[in-house]
Amino acid sequence: MADVTLSNAEGKSLSAQQQRISAVGIFRLTDRVFHNVTFVAALFVLILLGAIILSLIVGAWPAIAKFGVGFLYGERWSVNKEIFGALSPIYGTLMTSFIAMLIAVPIGLGIAIFLTELCPAALRRPIGIAIELLAGIPSIIYGIWGFFTLTPFFGQTLLTAALILAIMVLPFVTAISRDVFSTVPAVLKEAAYGLGCTTWEVAKNVVVPYTRVGVVGGVMLGLGRALGETMAVTFVIGNSHTIAASLLSPATTISATIANEFQESDGIYRSALLELGLLLFVITFFVLAAARIMLMRIERKAGA
Amino acid sequence: MASYASRRAANRIMMGLCWAATLFGLAWLALILITLFWNGFAGINLDVFTHDTPGPNTEGGGLRNAIVGSLIMTALGVGIGTPIGILAGTYMAEYGRYSRLTFYIRFVNDILLSAPSIIIGLFIYAALITEGIEHRIVGYSAIAGALALAVIVIPVVVRTTEDMLLLVPNPLREAASALGLPRSHVVLKIAYKAARAGLITGVLLAVARAAGETAPLLFTVQSDQFFSLDLTKQMANLPVVINNFAGKGYANWQQLAWTGALIITLAVLTLSIAARVLSAQRTQK
Amino acid sequence: MTMTETVAAVAAPLPGHGLPQKISVRNLKFYYGDTMALKGINLPLYANNVTSFIGPSGCGKSTLLRVLNRMYDLYPKQRAEGEVLLDGQNLLDPRQDLNLLRSRVGMVFQKPTPFPMSIYDNIAFGIKLYEKVPRSELDGRVEEALKGAALWGEVKDKLTASGLSLSGGQQQRLCIARTVAVSPEVILLDEPCSALDPISTSKIEELIDELKDSYTIAIVTHNMQQAARVSQFTAFMYLGELVEFDDTSKVFTSPREKRTQDYITGRFG
Repeated sequence: MADVTLSNAEGKSLSAQQQRISAVGIFRLTDRVFHNVTFVAALFVLILLGAIILSLIVGAWPAIAKFGVGFLYGERWSVNKEIFGALSPIYGTLMTSFIAMLIAVPIGLGIAIFLTELCPAALRRPIGIAIELLAGIPSIIYGIWGFFTLTPFFGQTLLTAALILAIMVLPFVTAISRDVFSTVPAVLKEAAYGLGCTTWEVAKNVVVPYTRVGVVGGVMLGLGRALGETMAVTFVIGNSHTIAASLLSPATTISATIANEFQESDGIYRSALLELGLLLFVITFFVLAAARIMLMRIERKAGA
Repeated sequence: MASYASRRAANRIMMGLCWAATLFGLAWLALILITLFWNGFAGINLDVFTHDTPGPNTEGGGLRNAIVGSLIMTALGVGIGTPIGILAGTYMAEYGRYSRLTFYIRFVNDILLSAPSIIIGLFIYAALITEGIEHRIVGYSAIAGALALAVIVIPVVVRTTEDMLLLVPNPLREAASALGLPRSHVVLKIAYKAARAGLITGVLLAVARAAGETAPLLFTVQSDQFFSLDLTKQMANLPVVINNFAGKGYANWQQLAWTGALIITLAVLTLSIAARVLSAQRTQK
Repeated sequence: MTMTETVAAVAAPLPGHGLPQKISVRNLKFYYGDTMALKGINLPLYANNVTSFIGPSGCGKSTLLRVLNRMYDLYPKQRAEGEVLLDGQNLLDPRQDLNLLRSRVGMVFQKPTPFPMSIYDNIAFGIKLYEKVPRSELDGRVEEALKGAALWGEVKDKLTASGLSLSGGQQQRLCIARTVAVSPEVILLDEPCSALDPISTSKIEELIDELKDSYTIAIVTHNMQQAARVSQFTAFMYLGELVEFDDTSKVFTSPREKRTQDYITGRFG
């Protein structure tokens, strides 16, 4: 102990005190610099969003000025005559996503119920991990798989695109629904089982009502993905600017149109494609924002 | 109230459907992986890694230029995006934890995280490349591609950095501050160290995400047939080569597309599993 | 307690009168948002003595400790009013450099908080922060600090092992060693033994007794025997007010206030 005493208050040498004071000055500077650097990086995230919107608007401006709101409901897409209407890609985007969600949501919810309520404990983790890994597989893989294995049977049609989208969105919907379902407090489920409820009744009357907002948020997050998906769709949809009554006809989506035509485009044509991109961003922005708000509500509920 | 028997029957039917959904869903996903491995492995040989992309209907050829290009652009994209993402996440968790600004940034970041990647490609094109304007900043180039990937990477890293730093217990920060450690050192030397596994997980996930992205590269790089290391020029890359080769009717191109798809999938799965193992180690502690 | 009583208690000649005051707390008020957690505290901390703070949970004793090194500054919406003089200088002054203050007023927490690094680095880290110490000298300083915390014998063969690999009691002594190593003037201990077993606790109590020769020490504790064993002065706090401050022996044998009496005899708290 005696040694420690030496370096204590009164015994502290002058040079040690000077070192301390000069160190403090440097600390004050590094603190300020680091704080500001992180602050600028954080602002950069906001700036990025602004820059994306702004640059798309600037790029799309010639088309916006020329076609006005007519762009939104014009059905004709004629490169030669330089007449561009976005209705068929909008229709294709909404229709493929709608059908995909129609297929993926019930199946995804079924798997999520299976994973949280039925699955033997030994299988729960492996299946859960497999699904999460599949959610990370790049979409171009789904795209070329669909192109080589589905189009020989279904052709390049809107339905084929919807099927591929459904398979691709399935792991997302499943993983999020499972996470949301697992926020249900165990006591709530136990209470229902204690009343003699069957597993299905617990799922229907406790789990789903309790997590409804979160499930809808998760579904919309999946929808946001489906709406903007490019590579899985481009190969199999046939890229035709028509709105056919049959689902088994070639169609196009906003992202497929951009992916297929951007390279060859120029002038007003390219501007119209950028306007399509802007449109897609606006649509997905609102869908994703709604999804996040709903998921935030369920997170708060789980945290409370 | 329904009778007990009918309730049990309803339960059995619905639970049967859940089982069926699981089997059905997993079957599709298994089918995709099996086809991918079957077709992809058929084309795996040394040439894939030592020869450049061939012309249509020729003998031989490989994916060397595309693999190298992908590695370069992914590394560059992650290299640019990671520091920005980590710093932004640091602000949110360490300095602005209780502020309104952080709430907005988190919201916007979550949207960027799920925004269509083709939009990011269009953004880089419109912001930096746009032809016909005198002062375009960069042309179609590896740099432009890497920047697009960086925009993909940033939200992923921001999200994990914030989440992981929030898991660092506050008493550890207090203990470090109590030694007279300035705030910046508390973050750099204590919080980062405590959250290291989580931060690496985030970067690995970002690499996995960037490695497989195709759409952002379509209008920013313009993949070509040649081997190039020049960042200011066009550069081949795997996803776009797969995109270009799969759709044309040439057998050798289609085979290379499958093989390229297998390589990307293996890389992405390896990274995701590594990330998972790392984060599992962290939670065990 | 009414205000007049508080003032009366403080206006009486201070116990320990004549001893040098390392820290003087003057009319300290503390707020969490709109909630007042300390309601005008007046109190000295005498140099080279141990002062213990006792009182039921939520009485403000930990809050008071966290004012003395301004730990509360890490969080928004917490603020202090009044004066806290450290060697005559008000440390609540907004111009006060917090890092310098905290290097002079060290703190040990309820739960052991080893840094995620080796045992050696846990100690060396703080030393290198403020001093340019050559490597050879650093080894000596680390050893000295670990000896000071009665930990050297147990860890001298595994200095490169992670600080997290130690037992709870060892971790806490490592944290004390770490605090001592940067040569502070005051050491604040916030329930340092509440997470420890009896053997570790007695080791730390011995340590506190040795440390007081070199440092001014304040300890918050729930354990009244501990307060009686380690401290020369004791402050009893209740609902954000200082009820009684006196020589430890007086507080525990003949307290002036009835509430102190009730608390130490276990009638509430």
